[in-house]
Amino acid sequence: MNYHWNWAIFLAETPSGSSTYLGWMLSGLEVTLAVSLSAWIIALLVGLLMGVLRTVPNRWLSGIAAIYVEVFRNTPLLVQLFIWYFVLPEIVPASIGDAYKSINPFLQQFLAAMLCLALFTGARVCEQVRSGINSLSIGQKSAGLALGFTLPQTYRYVILPMAIRIILPPLTSEFLNIFKNSAVASTIGLLELAAQGRQLVDYTAQPYESFIAVTVMFMMINTVVMILMHRVEARARVPGHMGGGQE
Amino acid sequence: MSYEFDWSSIPGALPFLWSGMVMTLKITAVAVAVGIVWGTLLALMRMSGFKVLAWLAAAYVNLFRSIPLVMVLLWFFLIVPTLLINLFDIPRSSDTRLVSAMVAFSLFEASYYSEIIRAGIRSVAKGQMAAASALGMSYAQAMRLIILPQAFRNMVPLLLTQGIILFQDTSLVYVSSLADFFGAAYRVGSRDGRLVELLLFAGAVYFIISFFASQLVKHIQKRKTA
Repeated sequence: MNYHWNWAIFLAETPSGSSTYLGWMLSGLEVTLAVSLSAWIIALLVGLLMGVLRTVPNRWLSGIAAIYVEVFRNTPLLVQLFIWYFVLPEIVPASIGDAYKSINPFLQQFLAAMLCLALFTGARVCEQVRSGINSLSIGQKSAGLALGFTLPQTYRYVILPMAIRIILPPLTSEFLNIFKNSAVASTIGLLELAAQGRQLVDYTAQPYESFIAVTVMFMMINTVVMILMHRVEARARVPGHMGGGQE
Repeated sequence: MSYEFDWSSIPGALPFLWSGMVMTLKITAVAVAVGIVWGTLLALMRMSGFKVLAWLAAAYVNLFRSIPLVMVLLWFFLIVPTLLINLFDIPRSSDTRLVSAMVAFSLFEASYYSEIIRAGIRSVAKGQMAAASALGMSYAQAMRLIILPQAFRNMVPLLLTQGIILFQDTSLVYVSSLADFFGAAYRVGSRDGRLVELLLFAGAVYFIISFFASQLVKHIQKRKTA
């Protein structure tokens, strides 16, 4: 094998001249971070809402949440992404579809990827929230109600503060997953990290340097998120409860 | 709703879609089988007393678990063909994408399986190992005859669930334009200008298979605890 390593390629100018290849990589990193973080916020909100609905004593509400989870967990992420990007704009009312298709392509891809990742991850967060709530002893809820809290108040002040602390470790792994899953958005042309890496290969024919750079950047994201979440877990710890945290 | 659905391109394409499904199932089956075997070895390495082995296994698992599957696939579509051509002297033109995909999924899944298996081995009571040693069994015998059989029985639901996730994830071979089930559906859709229908159809098929498979897993789980 006689592969010509050329790490200086990252400092070379791109054909359009406006940036270096390293600049492409960094802008890809920015898109990956932006799409993942915005999707994560929505996923947390949706997951929290749906997770609560799954545990409330109302068949309809818990049924809706159950259907949401089953649909989004039993179809591939790639299929969901293509449905958001190719199918939805066609089958919604024409005015909305046309409005979507008239915005710039990057924004179209970004929106589709963000909503897709958000609802895909939301279904997983929902299951974590549900199992967190179910792991609390029933006495917690009874005690809240007995103190004269309404059901929403019991959730707000008694159940959720404990349930969320319990599920922080599994939430961390979902948070890590959303960054990794965002690479799927390269298939609809969103120029995130993996897509920039492939584009660099097409332009420079230096696949190893490019893929190594992308891989290292994903590993860096992974490390930073893990350190960050360990801090959050340490801060959120309630004295006397779950002393050791993980493991 | 202004869109007019036209499902007529699906019936004629069924044989092609079926051949895609066969490829999807092939990749899934190979990756599950190889993944569990290699994953078991990785778990044993990681729990062994040899520091170097344990460290290597941990590095392998952490590496694969920290990069996106899409990147893993791209790596293997780059490396495997070069390796095959250099090692086995096969013609440069031959299609190595299916082999590359199988290798990639197997090695990738092994890192996820190894974590499940490691937790499974840990869940077997410590006394079992002690009892086996007391009976004069070697470490290998105790693992093979006492610990692993019990661990695997506990792990069946998790291993199957991981298999269902893998079945869905195989759709990502799209990045190499292999005609697995999703790739086949996408091709028919774009050929006939009926992407909307074909994508919805593909989604429905994946849903039905995964949903019933996961119901089955739940059933097995219930029977075990009952």
